[in-house]
Amino acid sequence: MTDATKSTAPEPTTLRAGDLLSAIPRNWYKLNRGFRVAIVLMSTIVLWEVSVIVFDVKEFLVPRPTVVGAMMFDDPLWMLEHTWHTFYETIIGFVLAVVFGVILAILIVSSRFLEETLYILLVTLNSVPKVAVAPLFVVWMGTGLSPKVAIAAMIAIFVIVIDMVLGLRSVDPEMIDLARSMKASKMKTLFKIRFPHALPNLFAGMKVAITLALIGSIVGEFVASDKGLGYVILVAQGQFDTPQMFVSIVLLAILGTVLFFLVDLAEKFVLPWHVSRRQEEGGADAKIAGAH
Amino acid sequence: MSDAAIITDPKSANVYAELEGVGKIFWSRRGDVEALRSVDLQIRTGEFLSVVGPSGCGKSTMLKCVGGLEPVTAGVVRVGGEPVSGPPDNLGIVFQRDVLLDWRSVIDNVLISVEFGAGNRKDFESRADDLLRLFGLDGFQNRYPWELSGGMRQRVAIARALLNDPVFLLMDEPFGALDALTRDELNIELQRIWNETKKTVMFITHSIAEAVFLSDRVAVMKKEPGEIVEILEIDLPRPRRLAIRETPEFGAYAQRIREIFEQLGVYKEKV
Repeated sequence: MTDATKSTAPEPTTLRAGDLLSAIPRNWYKLNRGFRVAIVLMSTIVLWEVSVIVFDVKEFLVPRPTVVGAMMFDDPLWMLEHTWHTFYETIIGFVLAVVFGVILAILIVSSRFLEETLYILLVTLNSVPKVAVAPLFVVWMGTGLSPKVAIAAMIAIFVIVIDMVLGLRSVDPEMIDLARSMKASKMKTLFKIRFPHALPNLFAGMKVAITLALIGSIVGEFVASDKGLGYVILVAQGQFDTPQMFVSIVLLAILGTVLFFLVDLAEKFVLPWHVSRRQEEGGADAKIAGAH
Repeated sequence: MSDAAIITDPKSANVYAELEGVGKIFWSRRGDVEALRSVDLQIRTGEFLSVVGPSGCGKSTMLKCVGGLEPVTAGVVRVGGEPVSGPPDNLGIVFQRDVLLDWRSVIDNVLISVEFGAGNRKDFESRADDLLRLFGLDGFQNRYPWELSGGMRQRVAIARALLNDPVFLLMDEPFGALDALTRDELNIELQRIWNETKKTVMFITHSIAEAVFLSDRVAVMKKEPGEIVEILEIDLPRPRRLAIRETPEFGAYAQRIREIFEQLGVYKEKV
């Protein structure tokens, strides 16, 4: 860019601000992806640290990231234990949501009656704010693991059902005709055609559901608990221990990200054939097109 | 048009599938649509019969009625002497879209009917390989549909339809979505395979040239309501080569069909 300017423009020595700015995006993609992510995260943390010092923000309002970091490693086992607790509440709730969500979706698409009853009921129940129901679950199930799992599952299940129903329904009618001409039973059509066809939709739903399940378990912990990151936040709030709250929030962010990428990774293994996954091995297309 | 005889006495030939006074009405809230009206048609054993007609003339509906995928509202469809109430035995279907399953390899797509039935996959594997070889797809067994071109995908779809060695093959505009060159290529391949196997074929198309090239007989349809207006016997020697399309005999058949469409007002040419 600057070379071209040199040969044609009369003022070759002046470097404009635009050139500097465009130099960043031009070289940005030459960097390794992990490195790019690290740069963005590190810059954010540095900006946060500097802003807190420059604007002299009180620690009980916004603590510096170095303070938060130090606190996290103050008693790492204790933090890990609470993180682990929230993690498995979320996972159990999520798995329950997927299992029952898929079963419900199959029931809904296989029967007109169930579609008109179950589906409507589900939509109605979903429009109730789940947070409002949480205290009820504590009354029913006590303060242990089960109410958190139940709330996590309840928040996550709806999106699973909606996406799965869509996937099961959107099979090409000619594919169904073909199966009928091959005398396929309803069951075999479901498991050999409809179900695999719906998997991309299921995974899309699961990616949203995993995050919702995490919200669910935190809501459960807020209502009544003695373990988990939600409990830690609540206790820290009572003591005006803002750094501790930040530690929990950072851990929640990490936990949520890890959970999301676990689903993403699972998708990669289950759906290597899907459109969204193909570019990773794009060479094959060109090779075959050339061969024929 | 002396050589384009209208068949009036089909009893002389051995009939495999038969439509007798078939009518099909789709009821909908916005009014009824009469897709087919009193269609009489016989498909003889081992015959290649094409149906040509303008879009929306009910030719695909007719194929679905013959395949037992769509119930008729009047008349009767018989396949192999039996009235059709569901998909008959010994049937293979190919649609315009290949409807291959994206998550299955080529060979698994061809073998899908085995999994639907009670058959043993092992018994059909060598046959599936033979079929793929027949279509020039040897070596592509473990590829996935998205790795193939449109023509190759449609070849896989035809191989899938032929796996159980069906007596009767229904093809609903199978080459309609392909480019002209691939279409020619597949026309030749289909003719070759038909010559070797002598299956009874009902072939739906809107290409006059394709119909004349492939068929023993061509049924011409009109629309609103869908009716068969004429059946032409195509008396051209086989195997036919693509160059036959340039001969006057071929041209005469094509012209005859075009004339019928002109009379029906299918073309809205203004010169």
